[in-house]
Amino acid sequence: MSVLVYAEHDNQELKSATLAAVTAASQIGGDVHLLVAGSGAQAVAEQAAQVAGVSKVLLADNAAFANQLAENVAPLVVELAGGYSHIIAPATTTGKNFLPRVAAVLDVNMVSDITKVIDERTFERPIYAGNATATVKNDEEKVILTVRATAFDAAATGGSASIESVAAGADAGKSRFVSEELAKSDRPELTSANIVVSGGRALASGENFTKYIEPLADKLGAAVGASRAAVDAGFVPNDMQVGQTGKIVAPNLYIAVGISGAIQHLAGMKDSKTIVAINNDPEAPIAGVADYFLEADLFSAVPELTEKL
Amino acid sequence: MKVLVAVKRVVDHNVKVRVKADESGVELANAKMSVNPFCEIAIEEAVRLKEKGVASEIIAVSVGQTQAQEQIRSALALGADRGILVETDEKAYPLQVAKILKGVAEAEGAQIILLGKQAIDDDNNQTGQMLAALMGAPQGTFASEVVVDGDSVNVTREIDGGLQTVALSLPAVITTDLRLNEPRFPKLPNIMAAKKKPLDVKTPADFGVQMGAKISTVKVAAPAERSAGVKVASVDELIDKLKNEAKVI
Repeated sequence: MSVLVYAEHDNQELKSATLAAVTAASQIGGDVHLLVAGSGAQAVAEQAAQVAGVSKVLLADNAAFANQLAENVAPLVVELAGGYSHIIAPATTTGKNFLPRVAAVLDVNMVSDITKVIDERTFERPIYAGNATATVKNDEEKVILTVRATAFDAAATGGSASIESVAAGADAGKSRFVSEELAKSDRPELTSANIVVSGGRALASGENFTKYIEPLADKLGAAVGASRAAVDAGFVPNDMQVGQTGKIVAPNLYIAVGISGAIQHLAGMKDSKTIVAINNDPEAPIAGVADYFLEADLFSAVPELTEKL
Repeated sequence: MKVLVAVKRVVDHNVKVRVKADESGVELANAKMSVNPFCEIAIEEAVRLKEKGVASEIIAVSVGQTQAQEQIRSALALGADRGILVETDEKAYPLQVAKILKGVAEAEGAQIILLGKQAIDDDNNQTGQMLAALMGAPQGTFASEVVVDGDSVNVTREIDGGLQTVALSLPAVITTDLRLNEPRFPKLPNIMAAKKKPLDVKTPADFGVQMGAKISTVKVAAPAERSAGVKVASVDELIDKLKNEAKVI
């Protein structure tokens, strides 16, 4: 049995979601190999080689992989699949994008977003926006999985795997990268942050996010998140959305400010260790999951909190 | 060009589902069912493509039980021209649905196939990608903008960290994200008119597809309950609790 883990990276840096996927792979057992597909990604391969539990890093360096286009990446993974019993990717937008393509070519169904490894073929995953947990047995010829990064600890570093170049890769010629627009932020990444401060519709404007939420986040060294209502109202960009259709977070501390707590939002944060809600409505559903609920007007309570911390 | 839209019947997104006592699944008897919200966005996008003169015909397709006809009728009321139900009582897994959709797309000669990015029941986020793979077509997943330009389509995708735009050759598979559009509501006359639009019923066997998968659900359990929280009276008390009780700051 051997497991191929697809590394998430931006051609310069290995992303932390990869480390969670390696932990899941180690729990499955067998040899764990990491595949770095990219363009000019030697540095990523070197970081990958240091991940504990990884016995070999495969580096597929080709211009066709620069932007991780599914049409180009999937054939590479399919080509390598023969040597592996399991193929795993983190459940990031990259993993969710290309891995089902691999599964279809291999003619197997796959299991998305696993939160627990029970044995090499049995896994737990949330369904219905996290309102139920399904235990699923995968008896397909190849076990293909995406892994929810927040459900697994990050693998340690200190390994020394060998790096092997893979001379594969071609442009499938079906798709072309046009442009990218990444939100710039000096704060910790939302999905891996220790503390997350999120704002909802009650903030009323983007300026109020800057005025109330961001200073509190900076004081705590926290990432800033948002509810769908805040994103749809245009207060903040959509990559800050926490929920079933946005990012799934599980920080030590989640502070929900002016968020009512719809099912879809809870799906993205209810595994946080401690949840604080600041809301002027004691009947808001967020009160049902909050460890500490402060019934207060956020426009006075948040500055007070920021000041007293 | 023809546009194919895949529509799934799911439990309404406002229903708080309960796990069955025997842990065999969730309680769906008498639960309100609707069109999956991401599929509604796909229908809306197809209708807008038709309004722009890009799409000539919109075909709504669903795989599932007889009752899924209701969801196809909803799509017809919103502007789809005709419907196809591929009827089966078996659980539809993404790979099998993708194989059926491939059969439909190729039989119809669809140039753009629109799906939601995920269904809110199984939360898989697989079918569109699998369909694209089987068709050998490019995919534009998590789309927040779709611009058809001659024989290619530019899709802006919501990715971790921001947005990415890709150009895809046709035929292409596109899966919708929340911010692609705001679906319209059906008007009563259109609901009446939708009853007269054609709706063909087929079976998976018509497309040479065997249902069933080597994936089985062992059990479905309720997620661990969080222990009841406490109300704090002031910011000072909150800080005290976070420092000394939860020890998270």
